[in-house]
Amino acid sequence: MEYCTAHTVEEAVNLLSEKGLDVRVLAGGTDLLGQLRMGRVRPQRIVDVKSIPELHSIEKDEGGFRVGAAVCGAEIAEHSALCAEWPGVVEATELIGSTQIQGRASLGGNLCNASPAADTVPALIAAGATCRVIGPDGHRDVPVEEVASGPGKTSLAPAEIVAYFRLPRRAPRSGDAYLRLIPRTEMDIAVVGAGVSLTVGEDGLCTACRVGLGAVAPTALRVDEAANALIGRVVDEAALDDLAAAASSVARPIDDKRGTREYRIRVAGVLTRRAAKLALSRAEAQPA
Amino acid sequence: MSASADEKKYRWVGTRPVRPDGYDKVTGRAQYGADFALPGMLWGAVLRSPHAHARIVSIDSSEALAMEGVHAVLTGADLPDPYADDFDKETRHLACNVMAREKVLYHGHALAAVAAATAEIARQALELIHVEYEVLTPVLDIESALSSDAPLLHEGLKTRGEEDPAPSNVAAKVEMGHGDVEIGFGLADVIVEREFTTQAVHQGYIEPHACLAQVEGDGKAVLWVSSQGQFAMRSLTAGVLELDLSQLRVIPAEIGGGFGGKTTVYLEPLAVALAKKTGRPVKMVMSREEVFRSSGPVLSTRIKVKIGATHEGKLVAAQAFLHYEAGGFPGSSVQAGSMTVFGSYALEHVQITGYDVVVNKPKGAAYRAPGAPMAAFATETVLDELAEKLKIDPVDFRLANAAVEGTRAAFGPRFRRIGLVETLEQVKAHPHYSAPLQANQGRGVAVGFWFNAGLQSSAAVHVNADGTVSVVSGNPDIGGSRASLAIMAAEELGIEYDAVDVLVADTTSIGFNDVTGGSRVTFATGMAVIESAREVIQQLRERAAALFETDVENVVWEDGRALAPGLKDSEPLDLKTLASQAGKTGGPISGRHSLSARGVGMGFGAHICDVEVDPETGRLTVLRYTAVQDAGKAIHPSYVEGQMQGGVAQGVGWALNEEYVYDAEGRLENPGFLDYRVPVASDLPMIDTVIVEVPNDGHPYGVRGVGEVPIVAPLPAVANAVYGATGVRFTDLPLSPPRVLAGLESNGKS
Repeated sequence: MEYCTAHTVEEAVNLLSEKGLDVRVLAGGTDLLGQLRMGRVRPQRIVDVKSIPELHSIEKDEGGFRVGAAVCGAEIAEHSALCAEWPGVVEATELIGSTQIQGRASLGGNLCNASPAADTVPALIAAGATCRVIGPDGHRDVPVEEVASGPGKTSLAPAEIVAYFRLPRRAPRSGDAYLRLIPRTEMDIAVVGAGVSLTVGEDGLCTACRVGLGAVAPTALRVDEAANALIGRVVDEAALDDLAAAASSVARPIDDKRGTREYRIRVAGVLTRRAAKLALSRAEAQPA
Repeated sequence: MSASADEKKYRWVGTRPVRPDGYDKVTGRAQYGADFALPGMLWGAVLRSPHAHARIVSIDSSEALAMEGVHAVLTGADLPDPYADDFDKETRHLACNVMAREKVLYHGHALAAVAAATAEIARQALELIHVEYEVLTPVLDIESALSSDAPLLHEGLKTRGEEDPAPSNVAAKVEMGHGDVEIGFGLADVIVEREFTTQAVHQGYIEPHACLAQVEGDGKAVLWVSSQGQFAMRSLTAGVLELDLSQLRVIPAEIGGGFGGKTTVYLEPLAVALAKKTGRPVKMVMSREEVFRSSGPVLSTRIKVKIGATHEGKLVAAQAFLHYEAGGFPGSSVQAGSMTVFGSYALEHVQITGYDVVVNKPKGAAYRAPGAPMAAFATETVLDELAEKLKIDPVDFRLANAAVEGTRAAFGPRFRRIGLVETLEQVKAHPHYSAPLQANQGRGVAVGFWFNAGLQSSAAVHVNADGTVSVVSGNPDIGGSRASLAIMAAEELGIEYDAVDVLVADTTSIGFNDVTGGSRVTFATGMAVIESAREVIQQLRERAAALFETDVENVVWEDGRALAPGLKDSEPLDLKTLASQAGKTGGPISGRHSLSARGVGMGFGAHICDVEVDPETGRLTVLRYTAVQDAGKAIHPSYVEGQMQGGVAQGVGWALNEEYVYDAEGRLENPGFLDYRVPVASDLPMIDTVIVEVPNDGHPYGVRGVGEVPIVAPLPAVANAVYGATGVRFTDLPLSPPRVLAGLESNGKS
C-alpha cells in the first residue's frame, strides 16, 4: 500500500487518476482507518488531502459560507459565525464520534463515506448545501443529496473529489436543527436522523422549508413532501402533524441490528417534528 | 455512606488507602497480556469458522505453509485427540472448543492456527488455508433446539439428570425444591405467572485475550497471560495438551477486566503448541471481533416463574422452569440460576427445574454471578406485580418474606447469618426511595442474591530485614485485592500499610490458588494472608522471647511490637528490631498458609432505580440509581463501592441495550462496541452506594464477597422502573428503544 500526500487539488486528482489502481482518499481517516483495520478495504494507494489549502478553510462571502471538505468537526464547532447561522449543521457535525474523533472527522468524509446514517448529510440537505466536485474533466457543483447513491457508494466519477461545501446565504428569521435517535447518549450511529431548515415571516407563515432524513433509506433523503406541509402555513400543531406524517410516509427503512423498520418509520416523524419545532424557535428568536 | 452493625476498632480495616497497583495502571506502565515480547518471537493467528454449524470435510494448509514468513500451521490433528480413551473426559469439550474437531459449532469456532514472522503475515496466511465444509442447519435458539426434529449438535449427547434419555440438545436437567407446590398454590389468594426472555450478552472486558508462550530447551513451557487465574490457565492448558503441571509455568499479567470470562482458555493451548512446533516464542492477541465471536458470552435464557401469595402478603409457593442456552458445548449457568431464582425468600413450597440447552453459538463462560441476573429478572418482576396486586409497598412485601438466619433456602441448606433484612431497611430509609417523580418517570426496586465462593487459596508473608513486609498471593488483582490483602496484613501485624508490598506470583512461586472469581479473593485469600501473618506473629513472639530470655507464653504482640508485660525493664521490641536480628535468632521470619475456605458469607443487595421513558421513541434514561449491599465488613470501602457501581453499570447495560444480534444463518452481526452497546459514561447517573455491614462469622473480620451481588438486581430494578413509568410490564430484555416503543404501542401507551 502506497501513501501519498497531495498539496493541491490537481495533484490529488492526478494521484487518484491512475488506471487500474484501487485508490482511496484520506481526509480525517475516521472511517477509512477503521475499514483498513477490519480488512474491509485493501487499497493500493491512499491519497491524503489534508494538506490542500482549499479543503481546509471556512470562508464567508456574499453567497454564504464556503466550508472546506476536510475541515474537522472541532474547527466547525469553534466558528462563531457558522454556529450562529447554521446551528443545525454544526450540531450534526458535533454528534460524530468522540472529542478525539472531532479533531479529525470532516464533512467531506462523512458525505463520501456514503453511510445512510451519516449525521451531517440530512442537516446539509435541509440547509440546501451544494458541494464543489473537482475531477480530471474540471469541476461541477452538486446538491449534497445527489452525492451518495447507495450504502458505501457515491455518484462521483473515478478521481473526482469533493473540495468544499457551499451553504447558502441565510434569509432573516431562519433556523435549522438536526436531531438523531441513538439508544445511548453518544458514541453511536443514528437509528434515525432528521434535519429541518425553515424561514418564518413576521406573520408567522413559513416561507421556506427543507427537510432531510437519514438512516431510513439507502441514502439520506430530501423530503419535499414534509417541507411542503409547512410552507405557506403557520407552524402549528396541525402543520407539524402533517410534516411528521409526510416524513414517516417517505421513510423506507430496513430491519437491522440498529432498529426495526416500523420503529424507524414512526420515529422519522417524531424526530422531524421535534427538529422543526427547534428550528422554528431558532428562527423566531432572530430579528426580522 | 455506611451503616455499620459492629463497633470493633480497627486501624486499617475500613480505611481507603491508595491501591499499590494504581500508579502503574493509570500511567500505562502496568503490563497487560499483550505487553510482553521476546527475541525471535512469532505471531499467532486463528482461523475461525464462517459457519455456525458445519462438518469439517478437509483442511488444506499447504499453500499457507508455503508462504514466506509462515513457520507453522496447527490444526486439531496436531493436538492430543480428545476422543482417545485415555484423554481426560472432563477436558474433552474444552479441547474441542479451543480447536474444532470434526465439526464447527459456532460462527467463530477456531479450527486452525498459524505462527508467522509478523501479525500481518499470520493474518494473510489464514486466507491460504483451504477448508471444505459440509454446512449443517444451525440451531439458534431454545425453541428450535428443543423441537423434536432439531439437528443435534452432539450426536451422543444425552440429558444428564433425566431418566432413560434419548440423544437431544438438552445436556442436563436440574431439579430442586422442597414442600409441595400444589398444596402451596392451593393456599394462595393471588398467583402471578409470567415467562421471561433475556438475550446473549458479553462481559465486555476492555482487554482482549492475549498471551505469549515460550518453550525452553528442556521442553518446559512458560506462558505469560492475562487471566483470572494463572493456576487455572496452567491446568486447563496442560489438560488440553496433556502436559504434566510441572512442565508449564504460568506468569500472570495484569488483567484488564474479566468478570468471569477469563477463567477459561482459548489462545493459550494454541500458543504453547505453536511454540513447541516452531521452537520460537509465540504471541497471540485476539481482536475485538474475535473476543465477541469466539470467547464466552452468557447466552439467551427463557424463564417461567409462578409465585403465589396470601392477601396478607405472605408468599406461599413458587415454581420456576429455566432454560439456559449453553452455546456449542454443555455447561450453562442454569444450575446457579436455578439455585438463586428464589434464593432471597423464605418459601415453604418451592419447585425449580432447569435445563442446559446446547445451541450453535459460542460456548458460554461465567459472567459475574453466573445465571443469577436473569433469574432475578423473572422473580423480582413477578414479585413487583404481586405487591401491586396486593396493594403492599414492594419493599415491605420483600421484607415480609425475606430470608433470614435459619431460613431453609430453596436450594437446600439453611442460611447462616445474612443481611437481607438490614439491606432492605436501608432501602426504605434512603431519601431516594421517597423522592418525588415527574411525568413519564418511574421507580423500581429489586433484590439480588449471590452465594459467593470460598475455594482454595495460598498466601505467604515474608518479613524483610528492614521491617517491611512482602505478601505473596496467587490471585490476579482485579478489584483492588492487593490493597485489601495489604490492609489485612498491616492490621494483623500492627504495622503501616505502606510497609506492606503485595506480589501476585507465578504458578511456581506460591501454593495453589483457585481463580480470582466468585467474589472470593478478599474473603478466602484474605484469610490465608491473615493466617500467614498470625504465623509470622508467632515467630516474632518466639524471637522476642529468646531476646527477653523468657518463655514465649510471656510475650504478646501489640501494635507492631513484642511486649513481655510480666517482665521488669523489658523494652518493647518492634518489627524492625526483630527483623534486623532475625539472622541471629533463627533465620528469616516468614509465614505461609494454604486453605480450602469454609464459612462463606452469602451476599444480598437491594437496588432503587428511577427511569424516564420517552413515550414517542421508547428511549429510556436512567435518572437515579442507589445500590444497597451487605458487605459483611468492607475492608477497603472504596473498592467495595467500586464493585457495586461496576456491577450496576453492567447490569443496567444488560437491561437497556446489550444483546448479541444473529442473522438467520447464525452469524454474529454486531461483534464490536459500536453495535454491541455497553453503556457509555454519559448513559449512567452517579450510582449512589450504601454499604451495610452484617458481619460474616466465617471470616476473622466478617468479610463477605461483594463483586457479583451488584449485577443481579439491576435487570429487574430497571424493568420495574419502566413499569412504574409506563404501566407496561416488559418481560423480554433488552429494553432497547424499538422494543419499548413496540410494547407501549401494543398497550395503547404511545
